[in-house]
Amino acid sequence: MFENFAYADLPQDDEDLRPLVRQIAADAVVDLPMDQRARSWSGFDAAFSRKLGEAGLLGLTIPEQYGGGGRGPFARFVVVEELLAAGAPVAAHWIADRQSAPLILNFGTEEQRQFYIPRICRGEALFCIGMSEPGSGSDLASVTTKAERTKKGWRLNGQKIWTTNSLHSDYMIALVRTSGGAEDRHKGLSQLIVDLKLPGITIKPISDLTGDAHFAEVFFDDVDLSADALIGEEGAGWKQVVAELAFERSGPERIYSSIILLDSWIAHLREAGRSDDTTLSLVGEFMARLATLRGMSVACTALLAAGESPVVEASIIKDLGTSFEQDLPAAIANDLASHPDESANPELYRTLQYVSHIAPSFSLRGGTREILRGIIARGLGLR
Amino acid sequence: MDRRELLDPFAGMLASCCAPADIRRIEAGGTHLEMWEAIESSGFLQALVPESQGGIGLRMASVAPLFMALGGNAVPLPVAETMIARSLLSTAGIGTISGSIALACQNGAGSTFVPYGRVCDHVLIDDGSALQLFDVRQLERQYTNVPGSVDAWLNLPKSGEALRIIRPGSGISHLGALVSAAAISGAADRLLDMTTTYANERVQFGKPIGRQQALQQQLAVMAEDVIAVRLAAELACQNSFLPSEIPAATAKIIASNAAVRIANTAHAVFGAIGISAEHDLQLFTRRLHNWRQAFGSEQYWQIRLGAKRLKSELRSIDWVRNTYEC
Ligand SMILES: Cc1cc2nc3c(=O)[nH]c(=O)nc-3n(C[C@H](O)[C@H](O)[C@H](O)COP(=O)(O)OP(=O)(O)OC[C@H]3O[C@@H](n4cnc5c(N)ncnc54)[C@H](O)[C@@H]3O)c2cc1C
Repeated sequence: MFENFAYADLPQDDEDLRPLVRQIAADAVVDLPMDQRARSWSGFDAAFSRKLGEAGLLGLTIPEQYGGGGRGPFARFVVVEELLAAGAPVAAHWIADRQSAPLILNFGTEEQRQFYIPRICRGEALFCIGMSEPGSGSDLASVTTKAERTKKGWRLNGQKIWTTNSLHSDYMIALVRTSGGAEDRHKGLSQLIVDLKLPGITIKPISDLTGDAHFAEVFFDDVDLSADALIGEEGAGWKQVVAELAFERSGPERIYSSIILLDSWIAHLREAGRSDDTTLSLVGEFMARLATLRGMSVACTALLAAGESPVVEASIIKDLGTSFEQDLPAAIANDLASHPDESANPELYRTLQYVSHIAPSFSLRGGTREILRGIIARGLGLR
Repeated sequence: MDRRELLDPFAGMLASCCAPADIRRIEAGGTHLEMWEAIESSGFLQALVPESQGGIGLRMASVAPLFMALGGNAVPLPVAETMIARSLLSTAGIGTISGSIALACQNGAGSTFVPYGRVCDHVLIDDGSALQLFDVRQLERQYTNVPGSVDAWLNLPKSGEALRIIRPGSGISHLGALVSAAAISGAADRLLDMTTTYANERVQFGKPIGRQQALQQQLAVMAEDVIAVRLAAELACQNSFLPSEIPAATAKIIASNAAVRIANTAHAVFGAIGISAEHDLQLFTRRLHNWRQAFGSEQYWQIRLGAKRLKSELRSIDWVRNTYEC
């Protein structure tokens, strides 16, 4: 089954990007303690993102005519891998580079492409994703935020929630209802680009259990949007969102959320000189899983590069990958607390606590485990 | 070479000589001569032997799908092992030896466990300092007496008449591990196929059981395991003629860890019928347990892999990129 989901090589000319990214990433993290590096996904540093843009490391999957790298998913894989390996702060450009730019390229008008995409590639236009609402989490087809047609465009009312980085973003791509009601499900949903500086928009940050505030509630109160806010076809929002989620779920980021912790722990083991069988077995298990997941992620990238939309394959990797990311802090906590005799390393301790506390989010953001398994079951022909 | 170009004739050959009835006959102690003849005369056993030595000279990556097909057909003979043994022997300048060759590692004194030890003609044993090829007729064999088992313990003579050849650097246990991992991959793929088909056909409570979300979630996890095992086995078969130890260890760790889960989910979905001897499910699930243990379980390889990893100061991602060829 899934015969096309097979081993692939990373092309050499994309590999050649590595030294440059590595250098820029290393400069960005040089003063960051491990527990800050472990926040890579939510580390917001717009200046760093612009620097990546200047170096031509954003929008790698975007054609050159829109300011992109004209390369493809493999090039992006290499860049993302290097950034996460270093624990670089990727939050500012993360969503625009991964999802918004490809979405606008695929479904936007020529004017929208020319307006937004070059700025995304320079790291100057920051995006967030407005899908979730208080009453619509897993069941996205039930969104009730509504956009009604006006003479000049659209009037938007409703609320989004858990919108990562909305506080610092320039734009949101929102999934909204443009016709019918919740009972119409997939029908009547559309995607709109919302300029977050418009009147009528209120953004309230939500603190998470680690003390960070990366996501927020976003309220729309009679927000007037121009006609060109609509992205893609009216009523085709569902189809577009499904394609977008394949981008969101397929990347190497679904394996590497705990990688800084893994490396800090391995460094600690080397320092402590520990080599009993229990320790070695745990290290060996993690390396085998990491190598295999990485192989799967490269294989999935090859499907993207071939122009496919690997929705099921991406779900398989995301579910397995987030299990790995969640098993790491649990096992490492057990390991460290089983060796009270080893000298304490406060930075490793803080990193471990941060990753342990935030780890449940790994299998929530981007679609929950149960929803992904439902998608896989559909791919198996069971639904 | 295109994957299917090689695989299709191989799979066709297996389909005609290795039907469930043939497997059962051999497992019950019947003759395996016809099956072996069919496999031997197909020419595929020469796949890994260099062209200069009369072989086909294929790389491991091309042969990996064949190894998986052997698992997917529950072939009860050491076919992949023979391919590997022939390549090792040809490297040592030894011409083709007809008959099947099992692989084994001698761990200390006493008898040596040999996968396919009951049905093989020869065994190539890694004794830690050399590889020795024995004709099994010269050896004392002790059967496992586990119903359906084709494995056996062999007692090696202290100073045998064996053919000795130079032992490759890291021995052959990882080659056996790789072959077992590929076999697990093929059988697992087959089991996923059988299990989803059954879930769509079996009706309880007025609808196919596959419509039940609880089963869908279990089957989704099974699919994840199956794909991970396949990718790990493919990863281990890249770019080198005979794979090196770390990727082979990785494939065995992933495969052995998944084997029990996969077997259990398959049985859970089939319910009682899958436990019956008459049903073909057990031809594959019993094997998963055997292959999991053959040439070292997940724990055995995790310890070896962990030790290698801790020797390096690289970041984990860099270590993986440097160590595995992808
Ligand atoms: C860190 C983080 C960042 C996020 N960033 C964003 C963002 O930027 N933009 C955005 O739009 N959203 C974002 N989200 C929201 C995320 O997409 C949702 O949390 C997710 O889709 C689940 O929705 P929910 O939290 O409402 O849970 P619910 O949908 O209420 O689910 C609760 C539980 O019920 C289970 N469940 C629900 N339906 C079913 C079913 N049919 N079958 C079986 N089980 C079911 C779920 O799997 C889950 O276990 C973020 C979430 C997190 C944690």
